[in-house]
Amino acid sequence: MTSSPSAGTAPHGFPAADALAPSRPQANVRRDGATGLARLSFLIPTIYIIFLLLPIYWLGTMSLKTNQEILGAFTLWPTNPTLANYRVIFTDPSWYNGYINSIIYVALNTVISVSVALPAAYAFSRYRFLGDKHLFFWLLTNRMAPPAVFALPFFQLYSSFGLIDTHIAVAIAHCLFNVPLAVWILEGFMSGVPKEIDETAYIDGYSFPRFFVKIFMPLIASGIGVAAFFCFMFSWVELLIARTLTTTAAKPIAATMTRTVSASGMDWGVLAAAGILTIIPGALVIWFVRNYIAKGFALGRV
Amino acid sequence: MSRITLDHIAHSYLPSPKTEADFALKEVHQVWEDGSAYALLGPSGCGKTTLLNIISGLITPSHGRVVFGERDVTLLPTEARNIAQVFQFPVIYDTMTVAENLAFPLKNRKVPQAEIDRRVAETIEMLGLGPMARRKARGLTADQKQKISLGRGLVRSDVNAILFDEPLTVIDPHMKWQLRSQLKQLHRRYGFTMVYVTHDQTEALTFADKVVVMYAGEVVQVGTPAELFERPKHTFVGYFIGSPGMNVLPAEVAGDRAVVGGHAVALGQHYRPQPGRTEIGVRPEFVRLDDGAGSLPISVRSVEDIGRYRILRGAIGPHELNAVLPEGRAIPASPRVVFDPARVNVYRDAHLVEAEA
Amino acid sequence: MEKTWNNKAWFMVLPVLLLVAFSAVIPLMTVVNYSVQDTFGNNEFFWAGTEWFEEVLASERFHDALFRNLAFSLIILAIEVPLGIAIALAMPRSGFWVPVCLVLMALPLLIPWNVVGTIWQVFGRADIGLLGHTLAYLGIPYNYTQDPVAAWITVIVMDVWHWTSLVVLLCYAGLVSIPEAYYQAAKIDGASRWSVFRYIQLPKMHRVLLIAVLLRFMDSFMIYTEPFVVTGGGPGNSTTFLSIDLVKMAIGQFDLGPAAAMSIVYFLIVLALSWVFYTVMTNYGQDER
Repeated sequence: MTSSPSAGTAPHGFPAADALAPSRPQANVRRDGATGLARLSFLIPTIYIIFLLLPIYWLGTMSLKTNQEILGAFTLWPTNPTLANYRVIFTDPSWYNGYINSIIYVALNTVISVSVALPAAYAFSRYRFLGDKHLFFWLLTNRMAPPAVFALPFFQLYSSFGLIDTHIAVAIAHCLFNVPLAVWILEGFMSGVPKEIDETAYIDGYSFPRFFVKIFMPLIASGIGVAAFFCFMFSWVELLIARTLTTTAAKPIAATMTRTVSASGMDWGVLAAAGILTIIPGALVIWFVRNYIAKGFALGRV
Repeated sequence: MSRITLDHIAHSYLPSPKTEADFALKEVHQVWEDGSAYALLGPSGCGKTTLLNIISGLITPSHGRVVFGERDVTLLPTEARNIAQVFQFPVIYDTMTVAENLAFPLKNRKVPQAEIDRRVAETIEMLGLGPMARRKARGLTADQKQKISLGRGLVRSDVNAILFDEPLTVIDPHMKWQLRSQLKQLHRRYGFTMVYVTHDQTEALTFADKVVVMYAGEVVQVGTPAELFERPKHTFVGYFIGSPGMNVLPAEVAGDRAVVGGHAVALGQHYRPQPGRTEIGVRPEFVRLDDGAGSLPISVRSVEDIGRYRILRGAIGPHELNAVLPEGRAIPASPRVVFDPARVNVYRDAHLVEAEA
Repeated sequence: MEKTWNNKAWFMVLPVLLLVAFSAVIPLMTVVNYSVQDTFGNNEFFWAGTEWFEEVLASERFHDALFRNLAFSLIILAIEVPLGIAIALAMPRSGFWVPVCLVLMALPLLIPWNVVGTIWQVFGRADIGLLGHTLAYLGIPYNYTQDPVAAWITVIVMDVWHWTSLVVLLCYAGLVSIPEAYYQAAKIDGASRWSVFRYIQLPKMHRVLLIAVLLRFMDSFMIYTEPFVVTGGGPGNSTTFLSIDLVKMAIGQFDLGPAAAMSIVYFLIVLALSWVFYTVMTNYGQDER
């Protein structure tokens, strides 16, 4: 019943409103809605962020100091900033290989987790099948398994397959907690897509794989982003299993850091530089996905 | 309840508006009578929600005063204005029961418990929410939730006006009708001042005593549904109200006739020659098929059969022309039409022109 | 959404099932296997029945670690959850600073866990750490390698530093999803700041809070790397939590039988407690229907 004109369809161009009456009363002064307390509320997050950044700042300054300065007189910032510690890491293959190893198995894990979780999440979000609820719950219980429980059996399992000290071993082991997580996150996003879209696509003659890749995946792109982010995160920060399954060739950077004890004592500067370098990939990833994370959290799925 | 005076209100969301276009709401100067039902009607983005928020106090207008009764409330915050509002999406307190929801505004105002119980019971009765009074509000349907939002306003004895911001948006179509007539009944019985924002003309016309039509941040007409239909003060009103909207044709107007595309059209009254852009407006309901003297040739684009009547969509020259025709008579291949002279309105620069006495 | 019954959906779940089964079922079977057998080396195993379970359940060492871990989890929940809610409430809801705040707050979540340990190990040292040095300068006795109380405080502050942001991010996401109309309605109803929190914000955060509490409980109950790096479970056994104890037993002492029995008991405790948290929190505030 309603006829609402829009620019394209209106038969007449309705002119803009007439001029305002010339005698306009004095402009109102806006009242300040915020109370004194509310105006100070920014202090809470600010103090919290300072609390978060102080230890990281300290690690950062240490990475720019020489060991003499670290152990010598106490200084709040480096008096003679030096990149020597970073040079050690970037020139010594046993150091920088740690980064490469970590990045390889984290990337492998993210790809594996998300790609097997996609069809499974679709099944859970669209169909009922024998044992579906039990299966979903069982998947989630794996997120509750203490890694310490699995460390030793994993070592034996992967030894018997000859996979110890390979990237794929760590990547598959991390699937234990990342796949359930990815299924859970993706299922939440997929349930938000109306089923009519699937049906319309089939009517239009799309095959299932083509529909899934061409239509469905773009619709849940942000969900895939969130799932990938969390897989990256939990694989990147985990050390117990990663260290257990590797010795040299696939050793993660975080494990390499225990090497800094030498005959002359701790090499604090290099340790700090290595620590700072492990923070950077995470920081970059957060920056790129910052707008999607809130969405993922909003679904209540982590 | 009290009269609402909008004293030269204007609003811009920018800190220092310079041109016309910076204003989301251009100057409005109006008095809304106590106990009446007003509908704010217009397309989205026309400023109707801005105007509503100015009345409720969520926005302080950059210019002008808002007066409730004799009291200037322009700078008062929402909670001090004693208004109630029903939002587009039902706002209820999930964890409370229906009765607790209704008691909430009174509890916050430290009303004695006995008084709260009495008023809540009354409101539940009024809205017919009795069977679910002790249930949690969360599990109810959208229309019941909207009734609770309304109830939180009705329960208070000090309310100046009840504001509705497109309250039927999420209601099922068959419940819409029911809820609207119930609202109208409540209004008749208790006589509170109501302001109802909507973009749906049916809702506005069936609900309100007076309809305020807004367009591009400006109030273009305030009138009863009949006035809006018969004498649209602005071509936009003619177009927006009615389905299909009023036909608007460029014309030269002189005396009691207008010339449209070389054809003379009789006007019911006498008009002075008009400077500027002149048009005539005639509702499709007053266009008749007739090939007698003074008729206009039209081309037919389509005919829609509604059941009770047919809509002919056609054109005179380059200009669209619609007609509402009775069922039964065949439409010739190249039909001619005449307008009911008493129903033809004349517009200059989109505004209605009054005839000479 | 109406779901259709289709057992073919199993084929889509199959890859996940195989992958997780490989990573979960086979190791778990190994653990169960060890837990009921004894060995004198040379790959010779004997049936031990429930002997190891009885030993673990009766051992004081296990009781102490369990008690320490429960205490730790409850303390960090009691700090991180209210603190996280408070910070989320104080955050601006829109504007330039929001993404900056969120990114800075998420930073600790993406630091490898042993680096978190290293950061705090360094930060707390009196000779080279900012915190340790400042406290020493102020004359406050603080040495986390000698004093159990200082060790506990360090481990707790570290966990608050590491994980409170997760609670903040979850609560914040819950808060921004509340439509503006709710706040407007509360204003019109004359609600106080407390009422807005109690009747609007808290109910809307209910779901994300459930997740936050569950995740924080599970992860703190499984904590290993961070305290291990800082204190190594010491001084004495004062910060030896269940995972640290388990790894000591399994890898340090190679007591496979007791370690396996403990693993199973441990896993079952996490499952049971998570289930209790889940049920309690989902039932709280539900419809009375």
